Order: sequence, then C-alpha cells, then structure tokens
Amino acid sequence: MFPLKELKRSALIALWFAFLTFPIMVIKVDPIERTVEWRWDNMFFIALGSFVISILSKVYLIRKERRAGRKKGNRSITEPFMQRILREPRFLYPLSLAVLVFALSFPYLFSTYQTNIMTTALMYVVLGLGLNIVVGVAGLLDLGYVAFYAVGAYSYALLNMHFNMGFWAVLPIGGLFAAFLGILLGFPVLRLRGDYLAIVTLGFGEIIRLILENWNDFSQGPSGIANIARPGFFGMDMSFAGGITYIYYLVVGLVIVTIFVVNRLQNSRLGRAWLALREDEIACQAMGIDKTKTKLVAFSLGAFWAGLVGVIFAAKTTFVNPASFTFLESAIILSIVVLGGMGSIVGVIFGALILILMPEYLRALSEYRMLAFGGILVVMMVFRPEGLISNVRRSYQFKKQSSGQASDRS
Amino acid sequence: MSEAILKVSGLTKNFGGIKAIDNVDLDIRPGEIVALIGPNGAGKTTFFNCLTGIYTPSAGDIRLCNPKSGLKTKLNGMKPNKITEKGMARTFQNIRLFPTMSVLENVMIGRHCRTKAFILGAIFRNPATRREEEEIIEMSYDILKKIGLHKEVNEEARNLSYGAQRRLEIGRALATEPFLLLLDEPAAGMNPKETEALVRLIRQICSEGHSILLIEHDMKLVMSLSDRIFVMDYGKKIAQGTPEEVRSNPAVIKAYLGEEVDA
Ligand SMILES: Nc1ncnc2c1ncn2[C@@H]1O[C@H](COP(=O)(O)OP(=O)(O)OP(=O)(O)O)[C@@H](O)[C@H]1O
Ligand SMILES: [Mg+2]
Repeated sequence: MFPLKELKRSALIALWFAFLTFPIMVIKVDPIERTVEWRWDNMFFIALGSFVISILSKVYLIRKERRAGRKKGNRSITEPFMQRILREPRFLYPLSLAVLVFALSFPYLFSTYQTNIMTTALMYVVLGLGLNIVVGVAGLLDLGYVAFYAVGAYSYALLNMHFNMGFWAVLPIGGLFAAFLGILLGFPVLRLRGDYLAIVTLGFGEIIRLILENWNDFSQGPSGIANIARPGFFGMDMSFAGGITYIYYLVVGLVIVTIFVVNRLQNSRLGRAWLALREDEIACQAMGIDKTKTKLVAFSLGAFWAGLVGVIFAAKTTFVNPASFTFLESAIILSIVVLGGMGSIVGVIFGALILILMPEYLRALSEYRMLAFGGILVVMMVFRPEGLISNVRRSYQFKKQSSGQASDRS
Repeated sequence: MSEAILKVSGLTKNFGGIKAIDNVDLDIRPGEIVALIGPNGAGKTTFFNCLTGIYTPSAGDIRLCNPKSGLKTKLNGMKPNKITEKGMARTFQNIRLFPTMSVLENVMIGRHCRTKAFILGAIFRNPATRREEEEIIEMSYDILKKIGLHKEVNEEARNLSYGAQRRLEIGRALATEPFLLLLDEPAAGMNPKETEALVRLIRQICSEGHSILLIEHDMKLVMSLSDRIFVMDYGKKIAQGTPEEVRSNPAVIKAYLGEEVDA
C-alpha cells in the first residue's frame, strides 16, 4: 500500500522541520526575567504536523500519478475543470459578466479600505499581465521588471512637479517612456538567454533604483517626491473616499483593456511567434522569424504596461520614493506569473489576487502571516507546478472535406 | 541547362583546429533533387548550417538565385530569417518542432515571414489582418493535407509519432514558400512504409516546383530519388555525379568501406 521508503522520507522531513523551526518555536527568551523557556512540546507538534502533511501530500501525488497513468491519452477527461469552463463560450461569457458586475459594484458593497486593497491587487493584475507577455509568452526571464514600473511612477511624479502636467496627459507618456527604455535596454541585452538575461535584467532593475536613490537633483533621492496630484475628472473636486473609488474604476478599466489587448496579442501572428520563440529559438529563425525584433517587441510591450501602472501608482499614493521599487517587487510580480500559470491570462489574474490579497487577509494570523503565506505558496507549487491554470491552447475546427474553410474559436 | 539556383564555391568552416568543411563546391539547378551523402561526421549538417546562416562560414561563397524573379543574393553573413525570406527553408536532423504548439500552429509559424500583421493589426483586427489570418490558416491546413496530418490539426506536436514529426517539419518549411528545400535526414527513424510515403511526398513537392537538397543515409532512398549526388568525407567533397557514377566511384566505396553502397 504505502511504501516504507516514503514513510522514512516523511520522518526525515519531519525531523528536518523540527530542526529548522527549533529557534523560533522552541526557544523563548524572556529578556526581563533573564530566563530561557524551552517549549519542547511545540517541537513535538511541529514534527507530528509536518509528518502528517508530508504523508498526505505523498498519498495525493501517488494517487494523481495512478490516475494520470490510467487515463493517459484521453485528454477530454484529464482536462481540468477550469480549462473546460474557459474553453466553452457558453460558460465563459456569463461567468465574465458576473465577475464584471461584481467588480463594478465592489466599492458599494465593501468599505473604502477594502476598495483600496482591491485597487492595489488589480494594479498587480495589470503588472502580471504585462510581465506575462515577456516571461510567460515570450519566455524571456526578466527580473528587473520593476524598473519600468519605477519609470512610469517617476515620469508622473517629475512631470507633475516640474511642469504641473496632469494625470491623463502623463499616462500615455509614462507608458511610452517605459516602452522606450525597454527597447533601449533590450537591444544589448536580448541576445542573452535564460540565466544570463535574468542576471542582467536584475542588475538593470537595481541600477534604476540606485539612480533614483542617489541622484538627488533629479529625483530628490531617498526622501522621494510627495504631493503628487491625484487624477482629475473633468476638474471635479472629489472627497477622499470618492478619489479612491475613482481610481478603483480607473484601474478596473485598465484591467479590462489589458485583458482585451493581451488576449488579442496572444492569438495573433505576433503571439504565435513569441510562443515559438520560447520553445525553440533556432527553429524560429530558420522559419523566418526575426528573433531580435520579436523579442524587443515583447520586452517593450511588457514595459509599456508597467509604465502605465507606475503612473497610476504615483497618482494613487501621491508619493513615490525608491523604496517602492526594490527587487522584491519584481519577485512578487514574477511569482504572480509563475504561480498563476505561464501564458495564461486567467491564471495571472488569480495569481495576482491571491498573492496580493492573501497577505492582507492573513493579518489575523499576526506574526505567522508571512510564514503561512510562504507555506501556501509552497503547497500551491507542489500541487500545481505548472501554475494554477495552464494556458488554454486555441483549437481550430475544420469542416470535413472542404479545403480549409476555417471556422476557428479560441 | 538553366542557371543554378544555389551555387556554393570554396565553402570552408573551421571549428578551432577542425576543418568541418574544407573547400566544398556545390550547385543545384531548378527542379532538381540533389543528395548530399557521406559517413557520420563528414560535415553534412555543418554544411546545411552554413547555408542557412546558423553558422557563419569561415571562407567561401554562397549565392542564391531565385528562379522566378532571377534575383541573386549572396548569403554569407546573412541572418537565418533573412535567408528563409529569400526562399530557402530547411528541416533539422534532430527534430526541432515547437513541441507544445499544435500541429497547425507549427505550420502557421512557417507563414510568418510571408505575412505582415503587427501590434496594431493584432489589437484592432482590421479586415486586412483578419483576411491575412484566414489565409494563414487555410494555407497551413492545405499543407497539412498534403503531408497527411490534417486529422491531427489540434494535436500537440510532441504527441506525434516520430515519422509524423519529420513530415511536419517538412510541412512547416514548405509554409515559408521556399524554392529550395533542404532536408536533413528526413527518413531517419522511419519504418519502411513511412519511408515509402516520404519518397512519394518528396517527389510530389519537387513536381510542384521546389528544388530539393537532401542529406540521407538510406542509400536506397538516395539512389532512387536523386538526380545528382555529392559525397563528402572528413569535410571534403570526394565525389559528385549521377547515382550510377557515384555508386561505382572508388573513392566513395573506400569512404564507406564495407558499407553497402548499391542497394
Ligand atoms: N558547433 C560545433 N563545434 C565544434 N565542432 C563541431 C560543431 N558542429 C559540428 N562539429 C564537428 O564537425 C564535424 C561534422 O559534423 P556534422 O554534424 O556536420 O556531421 P554530419 O555529416 O552531419 O554527420 P551525421 O551523419 O552523423 O549527421 C564533426 O566532427 C563534429 O564534431
Ligand atoms: Mg548530420
């Protein structure tokens, strides 16, 4: 039934966990009383808990493997539930409509605080979708994505401060600035592949942050730029809560536009070329695809979205400083893409919502919040290594015998 | 006889100290099926890689002449995608399909260099883009019918059988509308029945106006298909001529020492 080898492994894992958590779970130093409390029972519970979890996960994986083995070659059955829904317009349209209605009524159903958090989460949805073009679709591992986000934010902050330019004027400018920077950086960098590309983009992200931190005359250094104007609405004055609701709707609009555009891009000649580039660069070139140009376009389009969200970020917080654009930010956006499912729009949306909202709602766990967060991420990666929702491949239907009278659905 | 569509002269490729190709001349005339043979490691694949721009030749000259327009181009130093645009496409010895893309999409990629839609076209899907996309799908489907894979349109390429993958590579190359098709061991790993179908397919492709240069170890296939044969060994061209001439060439027999040349 259950192999002895796995039992041993689980025992080892339990021991390892007990050892790892020893400092925080067992030792408790009371600095006032000057005593050390040894909570050995905690260690016992940790060991027991991780042992049980490890066995349960193993059982699950073994059963999954058996099932996969049995149903091999029968795709319609193994196809996950979510994918079936996404494939069928019959389910997809009403579902999207429901989500849309919910999104639009959100500010009326929930508090300003909740709306604000949701706005942040939706901004990450757009960031995730933008990075998804670069990493998920075109397969270019970009660890410095936050740099483009920073460019957008500082574009608005500086243009607003020096030239008093409004939000709507800067929104496209910020995006284009970021896209332009993407092209500039892409030229030398995109000849690199895989790990090398990751390292260079990582460095680039840090360089931008360091420039912003140290070039005081330009960016006011670490103290940042404050009092950035909120977005206007035909010159109307808005209350604080009204402003938050307004930005929320603005971001919802941006999310919709982004989904639309990214979806169309993915299902186009360009999107196919990106996918092909991810799978085999040499074959791609041999098929007549201009590698450099195609990569550059992906890179700068991704940057464009980051720039847009950057502008909104500056307008939302009315304050920017370099500390908002650390590597951690890039890592979070990348996690959204990987966790959600590379190349999958719905996956990225889920990924962003989970990754951004979960830490907020885990606040109830106080200091164990980040531990729980990490744990959930690990569990998700163990059970769905290909991401929450893997990309739905477009399928084409041809009527029999007719010479390619194509009627396709996506 | 009409002018050569491909003329290679003095092609040389060094890898450090190794001369993988040493001063090789070769030419292909319109409508021909030409075979390039030689023992393992002779430099055949390297030769293809030089022609298609994946390697830069160390010396020599590669000239392509479009039989329809008469346009001549020197290929040395050109990028692979530009060379494909000029009308020469290839398949790979170690299959290089796009494994998780569907069979149809693999062929559609081949249409990339003959189509134009870009960012704005993709986003707004204007009539021109839609028409282009329909044409891509239609033509790719026709190619799939030709290579006998139209029942597997939506199958992922990696799920195909080995022989089918080789055919799909040919189909993908055909989608770029080449006048010269380079096939690197198209029959490798195929069973006799598949090989037979492949021979028919190659004949059909040739009769539709594509010239073919193929590398192959299957002597029966080479002898029955080719108009002319070039033989390489240790990077050098050691013989060329019709199948009969090559078969009885002592240098070739020596190179294949013990291997059965006539089949
Ligand atoms: N990138 C490279 N770097 C160094 N040496 C190489 C490289 N590519 C090929 N070679 C060498 O060049 C020689 C020719 O190799 P090539 O692959 O062209 O042979 P081939 O004729 O295609 O053989 P086969 O029939 O086995 O496919 C070999 O000795 C090989 O080791
Ligand atoms: Mg070879």
